[in-house]
Order: sequence, then C-alpha cells, then structure tokens
Amino acid sequence: MDYDLSLVLPFLIKKADEILELSTEHVLVVLISLVIASIIGVGTGLLVWEKPVARSAAVATAGVILTIPSMALLTILIPIMGLGWASTVFALSIYSLLPIVRNTVVGLREVDPAVIESARGMGMSKVAVLMKIQFPIAWPVILTGLRVAAQLSVGIAAIAAYVAGPGMGAYIFKGLSMLGAANALNFALTGTVVIVIIALSFDAVFILINRLTTSRGIRV
Amino acid sequence: MSKATSGASIELTNVTKSYPNQPQSAVENFSMSINPGELIMLVGPSGCGKTTTMKMINRIIEPTSGSIKIDGEDILSLDQNILRRRIGYVIQQIGLFPHMTIAENVSVVPKLLGWDKAQIASRVEELLSLVELDPSKFANRYPKQLSGGQQQRVGVARALAADPPVMLMDEPFGATDPITREKLQDEFLRLQATIGKTIVFVTHDFDEAIKLGDRIAVLSERSQIEQFDTPANILANPASDYVSSFIGEGAALKRLALIPISSAKLSSTSATGPSVEISENLREALDHIVLNGGAPVPVTDAKGKSLGSISVKEISSALGADVSSLGIKKGK
Ligand SMILES: Nc1ncnc2c1ncn2[C@@H]1O[C@H](COP(=O)(O)OP(=O)(O)O)[C@@H](O)[C@H]1O
Ligand SMILES: [Mg+2]
Repeated sequence: MDYDLSLVLPFLIKKADEILELSTEHVLVVLISLVIASIIGVGTGLLVWEKPVARSAAVATAGVILTIPSMALLTILIPIMGLGWASTVFALSIYSLLPIVRNTVVGLREVDPAVIESARGMGMSKVAVLMKIQFPIAWPVILTGLRVAAQLSVGIAAIAAYVAGPGMGAYIFKGLSMLGAANALNFALTGTVVIVIIALSFDAVFILINRLTTSRGIRV
Repeated sequence: MSKATSGASIELTNVTKSYPNQPQSAVENFSMSINPGELIMLVGPSGCGKTTTMKMINRIIEPTSGSIKIDGEDILSLDQNILRRRIGYVIQQIGLFPHMTIAENVSVVPKLLGWDKAQIASRVEELLSLVELDPSKFANRYPKQLSGGQQQRVGVARALAADPPVMLMDEPFGATDPITREKLQDEFLRLQATIGKTIVFVTHDFDEAIKLGDRIAVLSERSQIEQFDTPANILANPASDYVSSFIGEGAALKRLALIPISSAKLSSTSATGPSVEISENLREALDHIVLNGGAPVPVTDAKGKSLGSISVKEISSALGADVSSLGIKKGK
C-alpha cells in the first residue's frame, strides 16, 4: 500500500480541533470510570480483605468480568444503556475492578502483622488501624492497581468507540471503515498514537501522585 | 536511687486460655499477684504459654475463664481500647509504623487520648531523650533509617508515651545482637529505676530474667508456675529439678552477679593488685581475683579510698550468708 507521509502534517493541522476534543473526551471517560471503579473497588477491598470467603468471591468475580470480551460486553450494554458515554463508563468501570480490588486486598494483607498487633495493642480501634495504619502502608500497592486500571481503560475506551463511545477510538474505527481511502491510515495512525500518548501521560501522572502521596518512610 | 512507683497492681486469678481445636489449654488456672512497680519476668521454654499469659492482660488474647484485675478493677469489663491505652505494649518484632516518623510513632497514644499539640511535642522530646535518642537527630527520621537497637528504643518510648502504669513486654530485646541486647538491658534497668512501672516481661533467656527481674516466675507447660520468687532465692533454692535444669550450669556464679561487694564482709588485711569498687558485684570481684593470680584484691570506694580487701573466702561466705540476709540489690 502506498502511504504518502507528506500528507500527515496537513491532516493533523486540519483535524487539530477535532483531535483535541476527542482526546479530551478520551481522558475524561477514563477518569470518570476510574473514580467510580476506585470507590467501588477500594471500598470492596476494605470490606473483604480479612474475610477469606468474601475476599475470594470478590477477586474471582472481578476476574470473571475481565474475561468478557469488550466487544461482547458493549454489544450487550447497548440495549440497556444505549449508545455512547453510559455504556462506555459502565464497561470501563467494571473492567477496572480486578486490578483495584486485588491490589487493595493484597496491599492490606501484606502489612506486617506485628505492625497491626502493636497498633491494636496501643488501643486503636479496628477501623482506625485499617484507615490510619494499614491503608497508608498499602497505598503504593493500591495506587499501582489504579495505574493498571487506568492503562486498561485507556485501551478499552478505544474499542468503545464501536458503540459510539467518546474518545480517540473513533479515529481508529473511521480508519478501519474506510480502508483503502486516502486518509484511512492517517485516521488510524493518529488515533493510535494519541491513545499511546494518553496512556503514557496517565502513567506519568501516577508516578507523580505516588511520589507526592506515599510516605517517605515506605518509599522504595 | 529511690524507686519511683507509678505502677499499678495486677491480680490474675485462675486464668485459663484454651484455643479452639487444641487438645490442651495454652494457659491453665494461672494465678499471680503483682505489686505496683514490680518487674516480673515470665520465663520458660518456647511454647509454654508465656506470651499467651501476658497478652491476656491487655486482652490481645481474651481469656477463656478467670479474672484479671488492675488496681482492683476488673479489666474484662472495660472497653478494650480504653484499657490498652493505659498499658504500654512492646513486642519482639517491635512493630513500628513504617510510614510515620519516629515522633509520630511516639505520639500515637497521646493523640488517641486527645493531648494537645504542644503537650505531645514536649513529651516526644522527653521520651526520646529518656531512651537515649537525640530528639533533634531522630524525631523526623523514619523507622527504616534506624538500627535494630534504635528501633527497639523507639518501641519502648512509644509504649511509655502516655505514662501507663503497666507495661507488657514480650521478648523485647530478643532480636538484637548480644552486645546491643546487653546495652538495652542496662539502659532499661536504669529507666525502670526512675519510672517504676509495673512490668510483665516475657523471656526465654534465664540470664536475662535474673538480670532484670524483681521476681521471676519459672513456667512449664500450660503456663504452670514452677517457682515464683526473687532471682537470688531461685538461684539459691530452686524448687524442683525442672527449675534447676532451667537455671543451667553455674548457679553460684550467676548469684554472685546479684550480690554487691558491700554485702560481703571485707578483710582488713591490705592487698595489692587491680582494685574493685565497693559498688561492683561479687562476680566482678572474683573476676579481679582470678586476674590477680588468685590473690585477694583491694576494695575501694567511689573516690578510690581503700576500704579493705576481698578474697575468695569472703566471697563464698557472702554467698552462703545472702540467702537469709537478703541484702540483695540488682545490677549496677
Ligand atoms: N492462635 C493460636 N491458636 C492455637 N494455638 C495457639 C495459638 N497461639 C498459641 N498457641 C499455642 O499455645 C501454646 C502457648 O503458646 P505461647 O503463649 O505463644 O508460648 P510462648 O510464648 O511461651 O512461646 C503453644 O502450644 C502454642 O502452639
Ligand atoms: Mg512467646
């Protein structure tokens, strides 16, 4: 196939506004899903970390969800939630649960039992130990879960464009649908590259958050 | 040094702990009366129930039956968390909070008790100095930046923070190397002489028990008390073969370390050789005699003034006499 590189720049200039809008959407849909998934996922982790049955059930459920192919899930969601944002946010949120729940549980359980015992022995309540001792110590692990969820969501959001979801995925699907046409590759490549940039930016932000919010005493 | 007593009495009566699915109780019918300001050592082989016994006092482990009273108050009827804020707790693994600075670690209980900031800050400073850590150097460090011995000192400071009348210590110096351990023990004795807490101290090391304890409870399986007495009395009159075997070799030498030279009758004949101070113990004196080729050595007061001399004869008669006279003090 011929590809004329000299056409890339004019394409990008012409489409600059649209690219900016779509990438903003992309970032936004990932952020919204991440907030929802964090609340549910971290909350679930805090509730089940100590209960073997509930813990296995929660992690297993989140694991099963992740095995559903995204195309299939989105197709099922359309009749229920319609095309667009709602289906996308829902799908991204539940896909994000596994890394978040699992890392929350693992992080809380990894805290040295001697640390927990000495906190209890000093007269801290169970809830206080969980929130003031275990959570901050587990925080870097939990944050890693959020980071993985963000990466996952950035990628899956691209596919959600199939159900008219927001974001840069639209360019990839446009490229696919007009394969052979002059701009097909421009659309697909631009979509892909911007999504990679978004993913890398999320990573960078998480590294920064980790540095800013993890106690110096437990930074590695 | 006059001994302060800010401690409380502890009374355990017929305390039993049975873990589910265990053929026998971990602790069975344990009764003990502890006086305010006493340092009690629970010593016995691994698995005999020392830790379980101790942890029932702050209800980290709930007794199956029996009663425990602190200053006459039944602790089983108190709120667990309120009870624990009044009991210092030090464990072998230390369990410092890795995400908090040393100052924050020490402030935990005062914060729980609602002390104000200035009060907490000055208390932290006071405590770190008390355990010989320079506050200006250590307050803002994190646990991982401290050596094992320094961490253990912080553990003790943290447990003392709200000035609890009772301290529970489970093999607190067990994980440190012998030199550090000895230093921590010496510091701890000096500390206890000024604060006078009621302390229940668990160890499997009989020598540590002798060195630190006001009284020692030698325990066997199911936390049965084989003997409960002062170190000197246990060494002089072990109650059973079990206790003797636990004391091990060299009971007489161990006793010497508990008896100050001042309780021996010195000889007035002058002696030459390396002199010992009267405030030292008889083991120290014997050491000097051995180094002096077995000949008597001079004894002096703190200023170096001669008070007489001491030989193996005076040492052995002091050893024979001390069982009844009990003019026994500990350490340096
Ligand atoms: N949580 C537990 N569940 C069941 N058995 C236990 C538990 N903790 C301790 N034990 C048992 O109780 C006995 C006393 O243990 P422990 O008090 O830790 O002894 P020590 O401190 O003297 O080494 C041991 O036989 C031990 O196996
Ligand atoms: Mg033990």
